[in-house]
Amino acid sequence: MAWVNAIIQGILTGGLYALFACGLSLMFGVMRVVNLAHGDLATVAGYIGVGVIAAIHVPFLWSIPIVVVIMALLGYVLQRTLIQAAINRGDLTTLIVTFGLSMVIENGLLQFFTANSRGIGVNQSIITDSFSIGSQIQIAWLDVIIFVLAVVVLLGLQYYLSSTKYGRLIRAVADDREAAQLSGADYRHVFGIAAAIAFGTVALAGTAYGMTTTIDPTTGTQTILLFAFAAVVIGGLGSLWGTLVGGIVLGVAQEIGAQINLSWELLAGYVIFLVVLIVRPQGLTSRRAQS
Amino acid sequence: MNSLHDAAFLHVRNLTVHHGQLRALSDVSLQVAKGEVYAIIGANGAGKTTLMRTIAGLHSPTDGSVVFDGRDVTRMRPEQRAKAGIVMVPEGRRLFPSLTLEENLKVGATYARKGPWTIERAYETFPFMRERRAQKTAQLSGGEQQQVAIGRALVANPRVLLLDELSLGLAPLIVQRIYDTLPRILESGITVLLVEQDVSQARRVASHLQCLLEGHTTLEGESKDFTPDQIEAAYFGTNPGGRPPGPPGRGTEQETLSGSPDGTLSLWRGSTRLSRGS
Repeated sequence: MAWVNAIIQGILTGGLYALFACGLSLMFGVMRVVNLAHGDLATVAGYIGVGVIAAIHVPFLWSIPIVVVIMALLGYVLQRTLIQAAINRGDLTTLIVTFGLSMVIENGLLQFFTANSRGIGVNQSIITDSFSIGSQIQIAWLDVIIFVLAVVVLLGLQYYLSSTKYGRLIRAVADDREAAQLSGADYRHVFGIAAAIAFGTVALAGTAYGMTTTIDPTTGTQTILLFAFAAVVIGGLGSLWGTLVGGIVLGVAQEIGAQINLSWELLAGYVIFLVVLIVRPQGLTSRRAQS
Repeated sequence: MNSLHDAAFLHVRNLTVHHGQLRALSDVSLQVAKGEVYAIIGANGAGKTTLMRTIAGLHSPTDGSVVFDGRDVTRMRPEQRAKAGIVMVPEGRRLFPSLTLEENLKVGATYARKGPWTIERAYETFPFMRERRAQKTAQLSGGEQQQVAIGRALVANPRVLLLDELSLGLAPLIVQRIYDTLPRILESGITVLLVEQDVSQARRVASHLQCLLEGHTTLEGESKDFTPDQIEAAYFGTNPGGRPPGPPGRGTEQETLSGSPDGTLSLWRGSTRLSRGS
């Protein structure tokens, strides 16, 4: 029964990881940008959420769309300025620039919010309650909500990319930037939209993370970025549903590891990550053998 | 310089383009009149594709200008030029592989100008597309892909259509079938500027020919005025008469043979065939 519990908890945690990973995957798939500041942006979103609630006294649920919109706007602006400038200078530059951005964010947060960790406290019972299956399995409603949110976000992204005008342009630009320009599409604007979406998902992920546990200025690079990377690689680069598969595999591996020995939680996750890299480097869901 | 540039629909003036250190085009000019088919011919590496890409806005010229319908577009980005009506079918087709056939056309139509071409009309012009519209373009044959690329450009309702090496890698029969749709394109009022390695094909479809050799214009004028020998001389740079072959074009600012071949051009002799055997 304890093993079943570990698997269920792992699957639910996988939803949160997928939420972290889909934005990373989207930015890589469309712009070929490996955003090393991705985790820190999630942390920033968490802090913005805390700030919004404190500043304008909105109910917690209302703060979520506000944070998402703020982050999406930030994503568009950052993409059109800093990240686009880096893209124009080559692949390696985007790595260095996003790494620099990560450092700036982390130290900025330390400067203004100190190293104390904080959580997004919510007193609504639906979020703090849990329910039991049998005597040994206890499931927090919050974990279920986050998992459902992740699936809804992925379904929404899937619909957006496959069925809307801008979704189609995003895929076209990801395929062939020049050919899209010849069809009249300004790829920089399309990149901006993709970044706005990625930052929007990262805002949700950061808020969700802040609710399940606490965030501090270094959470972004020390936890979130690594888990997001692992989920993306396990699932398959550039594949949307792959991030959910990757997130779940990572989450289950961690829970099972923790079940065997509490200190094996992180280790088990990275062992799976390495095994997938060796056995199936294109990821679990990727159809192509290359890239 | 003179009043003639006002008459030309698409006027390329003294274009010089570099790829890094390499000078790909030297002082190339051309004037395309509204409604005509204008063909650029030349061997591999002559600068034909560079010329097309520069007109479409994908390369910035070092010198010279591109004037379209009386408007200087030299500094405009490719997507702005597409919206203004200069639409290119790029070399190698460049379809979006993860999109279906119909989605490829929809992308082409996203920023379309007003005009007669719709996705429905593209299906009428290229009937095979209708039943295969849900397929990924990688599943199509080369000829079909080329037709999708043309369709994707047409649904944008171009005023001038740039066709870069339609016949590349295609069987002659397929190439012929694609060229057979050209009259339907022209009757909708579109002007066509095309690059073609197959000289006989170019002569057949185009009213105007211009030959490039190592980035220079070696021949320019009405197709019907040139003998095959004159074209061959311009194509390979053999230049048997020592003087410009053919009539002096219609008033381009430069001499037809201004980029006179230097000694290195003899290297081309015999190394390239006029039309690729396939």
